[in-house]
Amino acid sequence: MADQEPDGSASRPLLSLRNVNMTFGGVKALKNVSFEVLPGEVHCLAGENGSGKSTLIKVITGVYKPEAGAKIDYDGQSHAHMSPVTAQAGGIQVIWQDLALFPEMTVAENIAFQTVTGRWPRLVNHAEMWRVATNALQRLGVTLDVDLALHNFPIAQRQIVAIARALVGEAKLVFMDEPTASLTQSETDYLLDIVRNLSASGVAVVFVSHRLAEVLEISSRVTVLRDGALVGVYPTKGLTQSRITELMTGKTFDYSVLHRDLSTSSVMLEVKGLSRPGEFEDVSLTVRRGETLGITGLLGAGRTELALTLFGMRKPRSGAVVLDGKPVRFGSNREAIAAGVAYLSEDRLSLGLIQPQAIADNMVIASLDKILSGGFFSSDRKRSLVSGWIRDLGIKIGKQEDAVSTLSGGNQQRVAIAKWLATEPKLLILDGPTVGVDVGARAGIFDIVSKLADTGLAIILISDEVPEVYFNADRVLHMAQGRIVGEYVPGATSLQAIEGAVYA
Amino acid sequence: MTAVTERARSSLGAELASPLAAFVVVMVVFGIAAPNFLSRATFGSVAFQLPELGLLTLAMLLPILTGGLNLAITFTANIAGLTLAWVLQSQGGVDAGIGAFVLGSVLAIAVGALSGLIMGLVIAYTKAHPILVSLSMMIFLRGLGEFLTRGGDVSGFPGFLAPIGYGSIFGIPVPLLIFIACVLIWHVLLTRMKLGFSTYMIGSNIEATRYSGINTRKVQVLVYTLSGAMCAVAGIIMLARFNSVRVGHGESYLLITVLACFLGGVNPFGGFGRVIPVFVALVVLQLLSSGLNLMGSNQHLATAVWGILMITVMILRWVAERLKFLNANKG
Repeated sequence: MADQEPDGSASRPLLSLRNVNMTFGGVKALKNVSFEVLPGEVHCLAGENGSGKSTLIKVITGVYKPEAGAKIDYDGQSHAHMSPVTAQAGGIQVIWQDLALFPEMTVAENIAFQTVTGRWPRLVNHAEMWRVATNALQRLGVTLDVDLALHNFPIAQRQIVAIARALVGEAKLVFMDEPTASLTQSETDYLLDIVRNLSASGVAVVFVSHRLAEVLEISSRVTVLRDGALVGVYPTKGLTQSRITELMTGKTFDYSVLHRDLSTSSVMLEVKGLSRPGEFEDVSLTVRRGETLGITGLLGAGRTELALTLFGMRKPRSGAVVLDGKPVRFGSNREAIAAGVAYLSEDRLSLGLIQPQAIADNMVIASLDKILSGGFFSSDRKRSLVSGWIRDLGIKIGKQEDAVSTLSGGNQQRVAIAKWLATEPKLLILDGPTVGVDVGARAGIFDIVSKLADTGLAIILISDEVPEVYFNADRVLHMAQGRIVGEYVPGATSLQAIEGAVYA
Repeated sequence: MTAVTERARSSLGAELASPLAAFVVVMVVFGIAAPNFLSRATFGSVAFQLPELGLLTLAMLLPILTGGLNLAITFTANIAGLTLAWVLQSQGGVDAGIGAFVLGSVLAIAVGALSGLIMGLVIAYTKAHPILVSLSMMIFLRGLGEFLTRGGDVSGFPGFLAPIGYGSIFGIPVPLLIFIACVLIWHVLLTRMKLGFSTYMIGSNIEATRYSGINTRKVQVLVYTLSGAMCAVAGIIMLARFNSVRVGHGESYLLITVLACFLGGVNPFGGFGRVIPVFVALVVLQLLSSGLNLMGSNQHLATAVWGILMITVMILRWVAERLKFLNANKG
């Protein structure tokens, strides 16, 4: 194949970077970073958000020009910096998380659209397109109907299409940015097989993922970045998940299950046979005061739909909800909030917070009556309430008037929690509270959750990451296809057993 | 002292910078170019002309802040004016009493609010685009008005209406007083009340606002209803100033109101903008046209200069952003 090294030496690096520095607006995004990829290797690039992974990829693909002094060797040639043209011509491809595909076009068009216009008059050669696409898929050992529109395929197959498109450009080095973020376990296994095939055929793959289990399974070496600097390069053999987390965050975490005695605590929420056909069926559960109930399951299991129904934004077809001893039937989320239900959305960017607006305004939006006096806002009352929440939750901000979008994911999530605590809830539903929050900042969020539970708040914690509910909830419910299919007590059941059931 | 300026800054905001700068430039340029510019007469003419455009701009402001638009403002003002005119005529025309005027004004405001209410309901419940909804309302009101008036003027009003259009109290023109009162009401609504707060939030992200427990439909309906009511106030002032009502009066103001909002620092996509900077922007526009008038050019040229001013402001804002960005990068 075209990817063989001319001199046959596999041990000489395909890509080698030295002394890479990048500064954005006075902030050092990369500090003296070096990075190396061997031909045909599966290499993992690990680091928290903002550690410099994306910046590094953009330096390698020529989007950014590093500061003077950098040395980039790729495929036997030295460069002071790459350009998008040299990167592309040299066979460097990136598959970004959003895939950048065209859902309405066919698989063949998606794979081969860049390569199949001829000379003048530049008409599309469909036969050639079909041949190129079929070849690329064959190379991955996959058969797909290339004449079908892409939207007919599940996300895992679209991922394959994106990889196939990268191969059409005679790839030697493929970067994959969080390729498994939206895949189920079996789809992930399938993708990992594809990556192995790719590597066996001589293409080097750099894998960027925060799912550490996969990192350990697929890669041969791991490069860890923290705050724009290189922590080190490690052979995967001998690494564990907790060791990688320590390297990424520079902190050690203590994982232990909760042991809270809730036997004397009264029931805050009781749900009996709640159904919304097509979303969830016959869901029954209870949450006590001071208890954190974990709900896990794959995307699409009906978790968010259940939460939105408890929050009054959807109406159940049948079943009953009893909150604090009173049967409730909410006509809107306003009624739910007034009754003491709060819902932290999993989609912080577009539903959870109003990103362009001020931190202070986002904190008071759900409890405006508290800052009214005689029908008018009291700016002093608002300022002191907001300052109180910022202090209590340890939120790091510049000014209260700054836009929420200027904050890090972890601090944004604290603002969202403050917004709901300001409503003085009895039941707090946290839907994916760590989505887009760095590993290091997650612990801080769960500290807050644990303290809230200790004040007697009933909490429902929804997450598709089983360890998250395992270590932070008193009980764990497993939801699949709209039904509750299992209930576990962390400690009594092992994490692996629950993971096995959920990801099966 | 610093606390006071800090408070002033936070309540007025950075949006005030560009309209104030434009104000200073206009004053200086015309002060030099036209010796009689800095006179009582100039300010008199500004003070009498400002309110019509100003009130319509207030009516445009609220929908823009929600990320929408109300293209029906001028015809809503006309229809509201017609309502008042008919009430006055049915009560004796030139001999109508104060009672007829009060009744007519209340009905006019009700008609304006009704036009806004209908638009608000359609926008909130069908999620149709405000441009299309208000465009439809505009065409409907225009057609209705022209049908009812057969395209002519309605005139013949009692003499006591003249002071509303031309009178002064303590040297301040009555229309200006009414306008300033409306500016203050809008300012308090937007800075101190729940509805104003929700208006901004909806303008930035309506779904996230709904998830936060705000009744977004109610807010949208109220915003368009208030917009319609404000149009009616403009319609009443226009009736008093022209001493007649004609469907199509003030039609040319429609797009100027959008530009005045923009000159006043209102975000064209919603979520940000304040009343006071918009007020200053309106004064600038009016001074510009009065100044040109004074120098002997005609009204059409003034409109052209307005356009140039807007484009200049956009370019200057871009330059200011670049400078800010470069300065931030230096540090």
